[in-house]
Formats: sequence, structure tokens, C-alpha cells
Amino acid sequence: MTTTTSGSFSAGPPAGAKIGPIAWARKHLFSDWFNSLLTLIIVSVLGFAGFRLITWAFIQAQWLLIPNNIGLLMSGTYPSNQYWRIWTLLGVVCTLAGLSWGIIARNLSRLFSPWVLGGIAVVSAFFVVFPATRPSSMILLPMVAIVAVMAWVGRLVGRKLAIAGQLISLLWFVSYFVALWLIGGGLGLRTISTNDWGGLVLTLFTAISGIALSFPLGMILALGRRSELPVVRWLATAYIELVRGVPLVALLFMGQVMIPLFLPEGARPDRVVRAIIALSLFSAAYLAENVRAGLQAVPRGQQEAAASLGLNTPLTLTLIVLPQALKIAIPAIVGQFISLFQDTTLLAIVGLAELLGMGRSVLANPAYLGRYAEMYLFLGIIYWVFCYAMSLGSRKLEQKLNTTH
Amino acid sequence: MVSHSDDTQKLSLKRVLRDERFWKIAFQVITALVVLLLIAFFIGNLNANLTRRGTAFGFNFMRNPAGFSIGESAIRYLPNDPYWKALLVGFSNTFTLVVAGIALTTVVGVAAGVASFSQNWLLYKLSRVYVGLVRNVPLLLQLFFWYFAVYSNLPRPENQISFVGIVYLNNRGVYIPWPATAQLALFGVGVVIVGAIAAFFLWQWHLKIRVATATGGKPQLYGLIGLGVLVAAIVVFGLNWRIPEEVEGGGVVGGLRLSREYVASLSALVFYTSAFVAEIVRAGIQSVSKGQWEAARSLGLPAPSVMRLVVFPQAMRVIIPPLNSEYMNLTKNSSLAFAVAFPEIYSIANTTFNQTGRPVEVFLVLMATYLVMCLIITLVMNQLNRAVQFKER
Repeated sequence: MTTTTSGSFSAGPPAGAKIGPIAWARKHLFSDWFNSLLTLIIVSVLGFAGFRLITWAFIQAQWLLIPNNIGLLMSGTYPSNQYWRIWTLLGVVCTLAGLSWGIIARNLSRLFSPWVLGGIAVVSAFFVVFPATRPSSMILLPMVAIVAVMAWVGRLVGRKLAIAGQLISLLWFVSYFVALWLIGGGLGLRTISTNDWGGLVLTLFTAISGIALSFPLGMILALGRRSELPVVRWLATAYIELVRGVPLVALLFMGQVMIPLFLPEGARPDRVVRAIIALSLFSAAYLAENVRAGLQAVPRGQQEAAASLGLNTPLTLTLIVLPQALKIAIPAIVGQFISLFQDTTLLAIVGLAELLGMGRSVLANPAYLGRYAEMYLFLGIIYWVFCYAMSLGSRKLEQKLNTTH
Repeated sequence: MVSHSDDTQKLSLKRVLRDERFWKIAFQVITALVVLLLIAFFIGNLNANLTRRGTAFGFNFMRNPAGFSIGESAIRYLPNDPYWKALLVGFSNTFTLVVAGIALTTVVGVAAGVASFSQNWLLYKLSRVYVGLVRNVPLLLQLFFWYFAVYSNLPRPENQISFVGIVYLNNRGVYIPWPATAQLALFGVGVVIVGAIAAFFLWQWHLKIRVATATGGKPQLYGLIGLGVLVAAIVVFGLNWRIPEEVEGGGVVGGLRLSREYVASLSALVFYTSAFVAEIVRAGIQSVSKGQWEAARSLGLPAPSVMRLVVFPQAMRVIIPPLNSEYMNLTKNSSLAFAVAFPEIYSIANTTFNQTGRPVEVFLVLMATYLVMCLIITLVMNQLNRAVQFKER
């Protein structure tokens, strides 16, 4: 963390030179009277706020509403004798996550570096210590073990099998339908109506479905807007600009009302499906703009070179232009995914009990009257962890794909 | 002969099929047809469904009395006013929210962005933590937090909080000083705008003289100071400010009461959008080449002047386009205020739809409203963008 003004060549202290804490403080906190004043003000304000927060969190706050309702927050009104299906799904996801981690890290000499081991230890300790997870920690701890073991397996497989990468992508793809089957039922499992889907499970399900649907649609729209065929270009532009001009909540609400109106009589898709459609249609327009920026950054010479090699337009796009454009657009695309994930909270307004909606219905219980701060802080932490993980992942991916010299 | 002509026909067909131009046209025709068919299908269904419900398309319902009351309004409104007036009230509420939001977001966001270049380690960290925390938590959640956990949790009017006796906070809202009448408030804004324009030209005149002669320009400088004093005097004394006063036993009279819903929505919007603006400002400042910093410092400029005179004007070129889309996001996100029952346009549109059962017409009105607001923002920002571009000959 440099505090120098700009640039990547910021001159740090010469190698080997060590600054003592007092000299450091003098340089970074008390360099002149203005800085000292600023430091004092910030320290006093932060100190006061921190003190208030700590006294509130440990004395006034009643955290019991979180562990008492953790089942509702995680999976809504899902019947509790069917919880094993959610746990199985978590097991599948953990297996796949471990495998992918192992395969991605197959060329590292040490899979479990001290940092990683420390991270696993912290997560496990959290599950043991944190009261809200306590009855479930007997299942959560093995999940952590599954991830670690599968990472090891994945590394072995990844070293043996050249197509392990493609294979794991395919497995992820299949796992979506497995998840749909596990949550929704059918084919031998008891059918659970979408009215009982809720909590974090519904949030993740809608977010992942939205991402999976909006990505291809956004790419098509971006290509359409960049197309040299006028009709295609106009249509794509009109769609993108119209959708970007309307707030999502309007689209979602009207989507609940208008999608049935636009379909033949009697055809009334499920309300979760309607929400996912509205979310995807909305997100695709924004995604298209991000991809378009990436497309614009690919030099024209690439396309010309591809054409002179005799590639036709679809091949040029899929083999030459899109890979480069998407690589450039990764930060923006992941940013859009993050905001799509955050936008799933709006489903609470249209009456779907996703994580925030579930939190609100818990708060509507007179037993937990006025415990807003506790609930919203807890939910905020959950959302923060997921969004932060996504942005961290995008940064890693960016570094991995960065092939410039 | 017959066989020959058959041959050429075949050839030409083959040629056509191989011709890229043919495929381009064919592809467009097919796309257009598919889209048209889809639209026809949807519109057909829509018409059938609407006729069945007995609400054929049309805007005549807008003249019917709305029949619902609206909690707060910038313009006069009575429950038996027509729907169009109710929607207008909603628009005026959205407008006040958006204008205040954009003004505050600009200030907070730029401050947070510049703070991330501070020499002060604490300030730098504070700015980074703020951005990292706020950007990763959904706006709606933050809005609920502000509304339910902050503003609804304020003390009752009996033991309200006061800031130096001119701003009061209690669980009914926030009370701030305000000019006695709306006309006076408008007059005050007018005076400030005219004063700012006059000051700008005076300053240009002053600079021109300074550049030409390296001395002088004193009268203009005095004029500038005089103008500032005059405008300040008019604003402070001329507007007949109504300052909120505490009444015996709690409560407040005078001043302007900002409802809880309004303040919570404003806080959430400003706090959330500013984090994005801060990142935009930071990226913009980072895009200014290091040589500019070094050159300015080697001229002996102090750090604040380096930022104000050299770096920031150049960063503006990079900042303005994404800032435009953040302002538009704020405008669209203002619709979330509906979730805490602030009567903005979306909330009124929703009530209108529920009462009249006309989703399509209401949706069109809503879309047009947001489109117009976004267009206005874009127009202003484009003008600004043109002003800060490199002046090239």
C-alpha cells in the first residue's frame, strides 16, 4: 500500500532500509500541521464511532434473532425434512469447487501454502465458534474437508488429464441442472413449489441463472450493435438504450404483470422464472455495453488479419475477436455480475422471499420487533462476502490472463 | 440452347449463394422478419388480453380523479385531482431527490476520490475502506438500514438531537433552515447563479490582465471580493430564513421538515453512488501521467495547488463520461425510494396501475419520464465534457 501520489514506479525506500514506527508515523500521519490536525480528527471520530459500535454490538444488540432464524435466512420456507437436498447440493458445489481449484493450481509446487492452510483453519474455526452455524457445523466442517480433499484430487487429475479443464466446465454446466432438480424436485424427488424457495438459496439461484442467461444475450447484443448490417445494428441499439433508460424495479414489477399479458392466454410462467427473465433482459443490456467496450479495444488489424487468412465472420468473431475482447472486458463484466447479484435484492420488493425478503419477514415477526440493525448488518456481511469474493476472483483471473509483456 | 441457359442460371444461383452481399442482405431480412413476427405476436397477445379485460389501450384515464392522497408533495395536490397531476407530484418528488442526490454525490464522491491520494495514511485508508465496503453491499439493503436502523431509531421529539440550534433531528424527520417562501428561495438560487456567472467573467478579465501585463488587475479582484460579499449578504439576510426552533416539551416549529423517507433515500443514494464516483475520480487522477505531477512540483507548487491546477483539470477528461452514467444510475436508483414509501414517480405509477389496471400505459409514462431525465443529464454532461476536452488547434 503506497501512499505516494501516483504511478506504478513509486519510489519506495531503498532496499534494506527500514523505517521505525515513529518515523513512519511522522511521515504518514504528522508530516505538517494540517496532516496532524486531520489525523487527530479522524482518530477521535473513528475512536468514538468504534467505541459506540462495540458497546452496541456487545451490550445492546440482541443477536439471537440470527441463529433462531438461520434456516429461514438460508433456504426460506423450504420444508425442513427436505433440507438434505440443499446439503447435497452444497456438497456437489464444494466437490466441484475443490476440483476446479486443484485443476487451476495444478502447476503450483505447493497446493496448500501456509496462507491457504491458515484460511482453511480460519473458516473452520468460524463454523465452530459462530453460534448461528452451530447445529449445522457438523455438516459444514466436512464440506471444508471436501473442498480440501477435492483440490488435492483435482490437482492429480489435472496433471494426468489434459482435458480436465474442459471436463470441469462441463461438470459445472451439468451441476446447474442437478441443482434445479435437487431444489425443485421431480424425477423421484418430492416437488417443492417455488413459493417455498427462498433465502440465500433463491438469491444464489436467481443470480446464477441471471448471469448464465444474460451473458450470451449481452454478447449477441454487443456484436449486433457493432455489426455493419444496419438493421441488426438499429435493433440492438434500440433494445440496449430502451432497457438502460428504465429502472430495474420498474422492469421487475411490470415484468411480473406484463410478461403474462404479452403471452397467449393461460401461458403464465412461474414467478421465479418471470423474475429471472426480467433480471436477465435488464442485465444483458448493460453487459452488452461492457462487451462492446472490449470489442472496440481490439485493434482492427486483428479482424483484417483473420479475414486475410480466409476465416469467415463467425469464425473470426469466435476465434480471434471475442477472446481478446472478453479478456479486456473482464473487470467490467464481473462488475456487472456483481451488480446483478446485488440487484436480486429487488426481488424482495416484488414479493419473492430471497435473502433480503426473508430478513424482512423475520423482522415482521413481533418477537424481533425493532432489531433492524442486527439483521441488516448480518445480511450486509453475507452480501459483502459474496461480492468481494467475485471482485477478488476477477482480479485473479485478470492477472492469469494478462499476457502482455 | 436450353441446356446452356439452364447452366448459366445454375451458375448465377451458385454465384449468388457464394456472394457475401447476398448473405448480408438475407441475414438482415431474416432478422427483421423474426423480430417483426415476435413483436406482432406479443402485440397481438397484448391486444387480445387487454380487450378481454376491457381496458383497451388509451390515455383517457389520466383525466379521471386519482382518489388517493400523497404524503408529501412539492406542488399542491388534493386527493380528487386527476391522475396526471398525481404523476406530476411523483415526478416533482423524484426531481427533488435526484437533484439533491447528484449535488451531494458529486461533493462526497470527489472528496473521497481525492482522499485516496492523500499523504495522510489514515485518510487514504478510510477512503479505500469506504469504497470497498459500500460498493459490495446492495443499495436496497443500505436503504433499509438507513431508514429502519438509523432514521427511525432517532430519539422521539421530546429529546431530539440538535446541531448548534439550527438543525434538528428526531424520529419524525430532519429540520433545516429554509427561506420563508418558495419565491424567496428561488430568488436566492437566482442571485447565486447570476453572481457565479458575473464572478466567472470578472475572474477571466482579471486573469487576462495578469497574463498580459504580469501586474494590475487589482480593481477586478476588488470587484470580485465585493461581489462575493454582496451575494453572501443577500443570501444570509435577504431571504428571510426560517430557522427551526424547539418548542416546549419537544417538537420543532419553523424551518423545512425533510421527511424520514426522503432523508433515508437521499442518504442511501448519496452514500452508495459516491463510492462509485470516488473510484471514477481515482481512476481519472491515476490516468494523469506522472510527469505532470513531477513537473508541477518542480515548479514549486504546493501539493493542494498541484491537484487543483494541474492534475484535476486533466483528470476531468477521463472522469466526465463515466460520471454521466453514475448520475443516470442515481436517477434510476431513486425509484428504490418507493421501498420505504417515499412517494416518488415510480411509487405513484404503481398505485395508478393498481387502481386502473393499465400496466402498459403507466409503464410507457414511467419510461418516458426516466428517459427525459436521463437525456437532460446526458445533454448537460456532454456540454461539460466538451468544455474540459483538450483544446487543440
